[in-house]
Amino acid sequence: MKMNKLLVGLLTSVTLVAGAAQAAELSIVSGDTGTGLEFLRGQLDKFEADTGHSVTIVPMPSSTTDQFGQYKLWLAAGNTDIDVYQTDVIWAPQLADQFLDLSEAAAGVLDEHFPSIIESQTVNGKLVAMPAFTDAPALFYRTDLLEKHGKSVPATWAEMTETAKEIMDAERAEGNSEMWGFVFQGNAYEGLTCNALEWVKSYGGGQIIEADGTISINNEHAAAAIDLAASWIGTISPEGNLGYMEEESRGVWQLGNAVFHRNWPYAYSLGNGEDSPIAGKFDVAPLPAGDGPDARSAATLGGWNVAVSKYSPDPDAAIELALYLSSAEVQKERALMQSNLPTIEALYDDADIAAGQPIIPAWKEIFQNAVPRPSAPTQANYNEVSSLFWSAVHDTLSGNGSAAENLEVLEADLTDLKGDSW
Amino acid sequence: MATETMGLAATAPAPRERSELTQQRLRAARLFLIPMLAALAVVAGWPLIRSIYFSFTDASLSNLDAAEWYGVGNYLRWSVLESGTVRYRGLLVDPAWWNAVWNTVRFAFISVAFEAVLGMIVALVLNAEFKGRGIVRAAILIPWAIPTVVSAKMWAWMLNDQFGILNDLGMRLGLLSQKVAWTANADTAMTAVLVVDIWKTTPFMALLVLAGLQMIPKDIYEAAEIDGVHPIKQFFRITLPLVRPALMVAIIFRLLDALRIFDLIYVLTPNSASTKTMSVLARENLFDFDKFAYGSAMSTLLFLIIAALTILYIWLGQVRFDGGDR
Repeated sequence: MKMNKLLVGLLTSVTLVAGAAQAAELSIVSGDTGTGLEFLRGQLDKFEADTGHSVTIVPMPSSTTDQFGQYKLWLAAGNTDIDVYQTDVIWAPQLADQFLDLSEAAAGVLDEHFPSIIESQTVNGKLVAMPAFTDAPALFYRTDLLEKHGKSVPATWAEMTETAKEIMDAERAEGNSEMWGFVFQGNAYEGLTCNALEWVKSYGGGQIIEADGTISINNEHAAAAIDLAASWIGTISPEGNLGYMEEESRGVWQLGNAVFHRNWPYAYSLGNGEDSPIAGKFDVAPLPAGDGPDARSAATLGGWNVAVSKYSPDPDAAIELALYLSSAEVQKERALMQSNLPTIEALYDDADIAAGQPIIPAWKEIFQNAVPRPSAPTQANYNEVSSLFWSAVHDTLSGNGSAAENLEVLEADLTDLKGDSW
Repeated sequence: MATETMGLAATAPAPRERSELTQQRLRAARLFLIPMLAALAVVAGWPLIRSIYFSFTDASLSNLDAAEWYGVGNYLRWSVLESGTVRYRGLLVDPAWWNAVWNTVRFAFISVAFEAVLGMIVALVLNAEFKGRGIVRAAILIPWAIPTVVSAKMWAWMLNDQFGILNDLGMRLGLLSQKVAWTANADTAMTAVLVVDIWKTTPFMALLVLAGLQMIPKDIYEAAEIDGVHPIKQFFRITLPLVRPALMVAIIFRLLDALRIFDLIYVLTPNSASTKTMSVLARENLFDFDKFAYGSAMSTLLFLIIAALTILYIWLGQVRFDGGDR
């Protein structure tokens, strides 16, 4: 009897050990904004329950510029600790060598995603990352304030400037001394490149560097757009805006201290959260257009993907995780809870999403027309191009030279950097 | 240290021939030094040499092992255009680099100057005998004990233009007419960094100076008092000369530290040209821009600039690290 028990015990422990050997221990890095990490943990818990693998999150700073430096360093050193990376839409050409090709593993589901997004993650026929969500920013505006002061949603940046100033002045006169007109991402980092690209493109000033590699940034439309933005600092935008990233600007907005706010859709569900003072008091619209012949509303294409490190000791389990995180099921949850835009076309017609996050079906068209950053034509040089661009813009916003002067220098610097070809 | 400075130790005659015992001790000392030297070679020497080597190659982070020799091209290279104009390129003619050098040197000198004066004052106060001196001494070290990244983040919130306590206080007390974005504004960003650095490292300076102060024999002051020397004169004629060796060593420690400032700037201010230092620029090129060789060249030059300034300081200031006569 005793012997039997012992045997049973021994046998079960052996099976447990054998079972554990199959389950992988994975790590995923994530530098997310808002409640992103919490959401990811919830999804990973489900994944763990379904597959028996365990997944650890390695949190990172939310600035994509900071993340990139760290990832680059890890990947160059062949780090085996991290299996799955969350990657920005612009990184595919720069990190392609370090990630596994997912095209075979994802063959069955590729058609569900928007082709342009799959294409943005494909480098020389290699699918570098699976899309998790896409992004295109919006103009957030306070419906209550616009109504109170009898204003309509601005269609152009000039109109936005005027409306913001009027409402801000009126609110301040009523004793609301903390009120600002417009907050955006003005710190010198990738986010400023996104903001400024929108201003420039909306004024018909091109895309910094065009798809064929021509440097187009030094033109009067671009200068007019950036000069207008520079006039916001200290008038309708606080001076501190020069140091804001997504979360700092959302802080001002979500406390109810701004009339207009430029941010990605994730701020929509956070702004409508239970503890948010502005819940139900705001709505979103496409970003304003510029003035001039080619003026249009422009939104920078963003979005995040999941990639598998080629140094992962457990590539199969890691690919399983990447596919799971980009699946329709997770994307729907993401849409409902995080107001992140799905990359799976069918989800835009999903009734639950339309009811829970009305911003998403409305955004389908906007993101289809979104402007990509010039990461494809500039390849490995993209980060430096972006840094030169955001520095020129940040200088202008800080009052350090006019847009025309700074863009002229920028063009020369970009030409130097380009050399014979990108 | 102080007694030796006063020349008492130098009076002992040096033995002409080393005894067997002394030689044995010397051998033992060398033996004990070997592990430390080996550790230094691995953790400091090897990375240093490798960085210098990479600065003469075309290395990028994705092909470190395949890096090829590039000569001094990262530092300076030139091409002659068809018109006959010579175009210079490379680190030595890179305005971004010299701007960073200027930022760094300016930061280092201003911060160390303030820290030396304030550290001296704090040390003098702590050297006086009063009740609860032990607690005050411990308390004053707190800023220095907090990791820089943590204190930088803490200050970033205090300096925040919308939610920051400093702006709030300034507005309430009527010192500010409107909220100031201390770290975001190019004009005030460097000042903000300086203030945080001085707050953080004055205790360290004070600690080193205090150690020097406590080596000064009390009887000198008693003698001075009997002779009726004014306290201010006492300070300049007795305290300052006797504490000088300790102060000079403290300054050089801080100077070395300040010249490679990275964390405070990186956390506290936007990534703009007005506050970028050599280390920040080197990191950016090494990792963000995929120009590992160029970044290595920056690191190498940073090393040389720090070495040059240090040697200059030791030479001009006649610093003696052993505290004795040469």
